[in-house]
Amino acid sequence: MLLNQFLLLSAVLFAIGVYGVLARRNGVLVLMSIELILNAVNINLVAFAAFREAIPGEVFALFVVAVAAAEVGVGLAMVLLLYRNRQNIDLTEIDLMRG
Amino acid sequence: MGDLFVFAASDMGSLPLGVTDGGNWFLRNAWLIPLFPALSFAGILFFGKRLPRGGSELGIAALGIAFLLSVCTGVAWMNHRDDYHGSEAHLAVVAVDHGEHAAGQGHESHSDGHSESTLAVAATVTWFQAGGVEFTAGTLVDGLAAMMLLVVTVVSLLVHVYSTDYVAGDRRYTHFFAFLSLFSASMLLLVISENTLQLLVAWELVGVCSFVLIGHWWEERDNSDAALKAFLTNRVGDMGLLVGVSVLFFAVGANLPDAFGSFSIVETNSLALSGMLSHSTLLVASCCLMAAVMSKSGQFFLHTWLPDAMAGPTPVSALIHAATMVVAGVYMIARLYGVFFEGLSIAGSSINLMALVGGFTTLIGACLAFVQRDIKKVLAYSTISQLGYMVMALGVGAWTAAVFHLFTHAFFKACLFLGSGSVSHAVHSFDMKSDMGGLRRAMPHTYRTFMIGSVALAGLPPLAGFWSKDEILAGTGGWGLLGGTGGNGSYTLMLVMGMTTAALTAAYMTRCVYLTFFGEYRGHGHPHESGPRITVPLWILAGLAIVAGSANLPKGFQLVPESLQDRFGHYVEPVASYFPQLAHATPSWSLAIVSTLIVLAGIGSAGYYYFVRVETTSKAAGRSLTELPDGPTTRIAVARLGHTLLKNKYYLDHLYTDIVVGSTKGPVARFAYRTNQEVLDRTVDGIGRAAVAVGNVVYDQIDQTVVDGFVNASGRASIGSGEELRKIQSGKIQSYAAILFAAATVLAGLLIVIV
Repeated sequence: MLLNQFLLLSAVLFAIGVYGVLARRNGVLVLMSIELILNAVNINLVAFAAFREAIPGEVFALFVVAVAAAEVGVGLAMVLLLYRNRQNIDLTEIDLMRG
Repeated sequence: MGDLFVFAASDMGSLPLGVTDGGNWFLRNAWLIPLFPALSFAGILFFGKRLPRGGSELGIAALGIAFLLSVCTGVAWMNHRDDYHGSEAHLAVVAVDHGEHAAGQGHESHSDGHSESTLAVAATVTWFQAGGVEFTAGTLVDGLAAMMLLVVTVVSLLVHVYSTDYVAGDRRYTHFFAFLSLFSASMLLLVISENTLQLLVAWELVGVCSFVLIGHWWEERDNSDAALKAFLTNRVGDMGLLVGVSVLFFAVGANLPDAFGSFSIVETNSLALSGMLSHSTLLVASCCLMAAVMSKSGQFFLHTWLPDAMAGPTPVSALIHAATMVVAGVYMIARLYGVFFEGLSIAGSSINLMALVGGFTTLIGACLAFVQRDIKKVLAYSTISQLGYMVMALGVGAWTAAVFHLFTHAFFKACLFLGSGSVSHAVHSFDMKSDMGGLRRAMPHTYRTFMIGSVALAGLPPLAGFWSKDEILAGTGGWGLLGGTGGNGSYTLMLVMGMTTAALTAAYMTRCVYLTFFGEYRGHGHPHESGPRITVPLWILAGLAIVAGSANLPKGFQLVPESLQDRFGHYVEPVASYFPQLAHATPSWSLAIVSTLIVLAGIGSAGYYYFVRVETTSKAAGRSLTELPDGPTTRIAVARLGHTLLKNKYYLDHLYTDIVVGSTKGPVARFAYRTNQEVLDRTVDGIGRAAVAVGNVVYDQIDQTVVDGFVNASGRASIGSGEELRKIQSGKIQSYAAILFAAATVLAGLLIVIV
């Protein structure tokens, strides 16, 4: 197997994730897109670790998974509160911080 | 010893000063003693009102510490005097011709055990430097200073305690204690002054504090007038002090190789005694300084402020008259004695300015005390009289006797003043004739202590006043009977004045005691004894008035062992080059007996008049009288004339206010007004107009265009940039994310390009 197949997959997943973050208006879908980005990075880490036979890469991937879980927990809680207060989770309408 | 240092001075160009910078810790750190009352002044002023006892506890604590330090200093000095053998400081002087000065010394060296010299302890720091002269501040501790420290702290501490009762409930209680502390601090600073400049500063501080305290109850016009009178009369003498100090400063400087002047007291005294300063300079300086003494120590003819100063609260009067203020003048003479000794040619003479002023003052003060109705004024004139005694004693060369009299007088006069305060506390008046009488039964403690103070003042053995008065009389050297008493001259006139005053003092104190404590009560209400905070200080002072005399039992006094004789003289009188070598008078039994008989005669005649004649007339009339209805002043024209003269205080107040002030204040005021209108106002107006014109130009040209333009431009720039940047902050999370990714992409591209 060649390394570039994994990198290609990772790049595609990253691009899909970025598109999702920038284009989707639904908060839950944005969170899922962020997961795509993180997992794209994970694929990179694991691929490089396997290719170079270096354990730290895999360890980092595990950390990223843990952090991602925590991030999703916080993010979903925020989305729930948003829904409870505004009956709506459209991110384009949340602009309280506009200058 | 005198010849020794003269030899050294002419040969090597240096003069021993009789001071050292070594010695005991307490002697080198005497500056701590005035520091504590000064700190207490600041503390009371800032926090006094918030303290449970209104600040008085701070004052008492500070004076207590100062007293303990003074005791330690005194003990340290005694050890120092007997045992210290350190190095002595020398003064480099410009060599001059010493041809005739040895004659000025006039006395052979001591043969009475004062063979070794005392080294005063000096500690100085540089205060400031100007024109190549270092102005120092520091302490000079010798027997005189140590003794004064003790006297001032003892009396001041007792007055503080006494005042907590006497002025209790006063609306300016805290303020009163603050200034009482500052007053003590100023006097302590004066006592340990190392140079005349510092002495001058402390002198003025004492004057200011007395002004504040005399005018403590300034709501009444009389009191604020009395305060002003005290202050302004003192200003007259202060000019003398300023001039005298300046004269000495330059005169000393002329003999120094590396400076054009010096304020140092020991240098001044040593140079004056070495004969390097011309006699006329010293004469001018001592006359100027005498003016200061006359105002501060209430000497004729500048004494008029002192009786009026009774307007202050009684504890203040006690403090002013016993330990601080008025003895400052006497202390200054004692401190600068070398200058006076040479300037007024005290040795070998029979009359001089100082002795005459003192002798005259002691007489006129005693006479004035006879016609006062106010008990405090009797004591005030008595103080004038006793200060005259001290100045007279200094004038005749009886230095130790004068300083000893200052020491004993402080105790019995403080006792008398505080006693009169206790009486007035009970009867709410100072008027002996209308509001007192018969108080011996109502106020037993006050009565007994007042009696002790009176007998001590009158000078009956064995109380304190007897010893010091007798030493002064012996010191005049005028007692020729049975072989004479020695001394520095033959001041027979001063002896007569002193004797007369002794009789007068005894008589007027008898009158005062009769009017206050005997006969029947003539006032209102029921007087009762004062509380312990008043009576305990009274008893302490009365005890001191009894025993203080034993501090200086005369040399050769057959009834006590030699180790108890002349202790005060041994420890207090300096034997050093800054102090003249005085001849000491021999005590004389005949003089002591005669002076005691004279005192008894004074008591007897006044006692006969009051206790016998007035008493029987009172019984016959059925009411308590204060004088005979057909006394000599009503029958004899001369006596009436004298009485009127005394009643009007020799018309001195009239002379000052009507003639001297009245004739000068009109022209001076007119001249001052004209100067003010035509010179000062025009200058001020011109400056003001010019300033306005300049201001307008500056406003139009610089402020409006340059400064404002710059400020406005910067303001507009920030508004514009803010408007633009605001658009970026949309609040939409996805636009932020877009920028983030775009920036990351750009950075990644840059990374690829560069790497």
